[in-house]
Amino acid sequence: MRFEVGSALSIGAILFTVIIVAAMLIWVERRLLGLWQERLGPNRVGPFGLLQVVADMIKIFAKEDWVPPFADRFSFLLAPPIIMVVILMSFSVIPFAPGVGVIDSDIGVLFVLAMASLGAYSVMLGGLSSNNKYALLGSLRAAAQMVSYEVFMGISLLGVVALAGTFNLREIVLSQADGWYILPQCVGFVIFLIAGVAESHRLPFDIPEAEQEIVAGYHTEYSGMKFGMFFVGEYLGVVLVSSLIVVLFFGGWLGPAFLPPIVCFVLKASVFVAFFVLLRAAIPRPRYDQLMNYGWLFLLPLSLLNLLLTGAFVLWQEGM
Amino acid sequence: MTLLFYSAGAIALIATLSVIISTNVVHALVYLIISLLSVAVIFFALGAPFAAMLEAIVYAGAIMVLFLFVMMMLNLGQATEDEERAWMRPSLWIGPGVLSGILLLQFVSTMLTHDVTLAPVEVSVRDISLLLFGPWLLAVELASMLLLAGLIAAYHLAKK
Repeated sequence: MRFEVGSALSIGAILFTVIIVAAMLIWVERRLLGLWQERLGPNRVGPFGLLQVVADMIKIFAKEDWVPPFADRFSFLLAPPIIMVVILMSFSVIPFAPGVGVIDSDIGVLFVLAMASLGAYSVMLGGLSSNNKYALLGSLRAAAQMVSYEVFMGISLLGVVALAGTFNLREIVLSQADGWYILPQCVGFVIFLIAGVAESHRLPFDIPEAEQEIVAGYHTEYSGMKFGMFFVGEYLGVVLVSSLIVVLFFGGWLGPAFLPPIVCFVLKASVFVAFFVLLRAAIPRPRYDQLMNYGWLFLLPLSLLNLLLTGAFVLWQEGM
Repeated sequence: MTLLFYSAGAIALIATLSVIISTNVVHALVYLIISLLSVAVIFFALGAPFAAMLEAIVYAGAIMVLFLFVMMMLNLGQATEDEERAWMRPSLWIGPGVLSGILLLQFVSTMLTHDVTLAPVEVSVRDISLLLFGPWLLAVELASMLLLAGLIAAYHLAKK
């Protein structure tokens, strides 16, 4: 079978880097939010507050790791690792640079979609097993939101897949050598971005954990490292969606010749991570029914139309 | 690949058995998801990566999510678990046990008489697409009409 797997060393390095980056994002986000809201943000621990994450980690590990007696122990313990595992698995098909990546698979895009759909179990089981009405409400919202936005996420990707003619993410990057897909697929890009925010349930779409209404939503009962897994999992999701946007729409590692490919990739991905934070700082949270109506009545027809036009364009180009 | 096939098959068997004997509905569902994922791995080992991914996306990722979604709204508690345990009395196992024993015998005897070897042929996504939108186009369109009918019916029911 045509699957090229990277060496154990490179797999370990990618895993380690991704987790460290996701943890550091906690500090990055708080500093950037501070910048945009005209305040300082955490700047006490270490230079520029860089060691804030270490302090947070020590705090989180020292906390009592409590399983509520009324919770369903099996599902309660199972839920937090699911989100970490599925998102880290998704990173295995992302091509970071020529020769840097875990696996080159002909089903890369499908694999990412499969893992995204399995991620919904984390929030659902977490909320259901907590036996708490706020957690249950949060996970009900999360389930509906994730299942709905998965649909548009998949359909918005298909335009890129049709243009590139492959599900292989590395080949998708290589096929963008003479023009990134952001121009022909700008509609698909916008839909994918919105669906990506909804899938990683970040503000403004953090309706499953809306603090003002339902305490902390599906992770109300979680403490210690189990809460930390949900928390880091959210940032891992941000990194994953940013990397996917770069790979699918912005030519992956392709860029000016004087920059090393991996630097190019990281720079592009950081722009989108910063954009995610800006979204959080700038846009208020919509109501739950607004979110669902917006998805099904606006994004779904738009993404189908985009797919139809892209398909027609590909056929017309082949006929010429 | 052979090792992958047999280990995934063993996991699928154990998980499916756990679905049947588990008294807690949520645990049974989790086992069912594991079972479906291991079937996806079996498809993969047999050289059908596309089918494997569809199994994971459609069955494990979408249908089971809806099952769990419904279960959340039913608010099942200790009462259901007791009811389930009462249904699981030993005498209940005789009938299904005999029937599946006969099936197992038939299966084993077929396996022994025929020469079965595991020879995976990889079917790529491109091959499947060419088949689906070539000779099987009519079947694809019929299936889409069936789905459309379901969609319209669901819309009608939700409007009431």
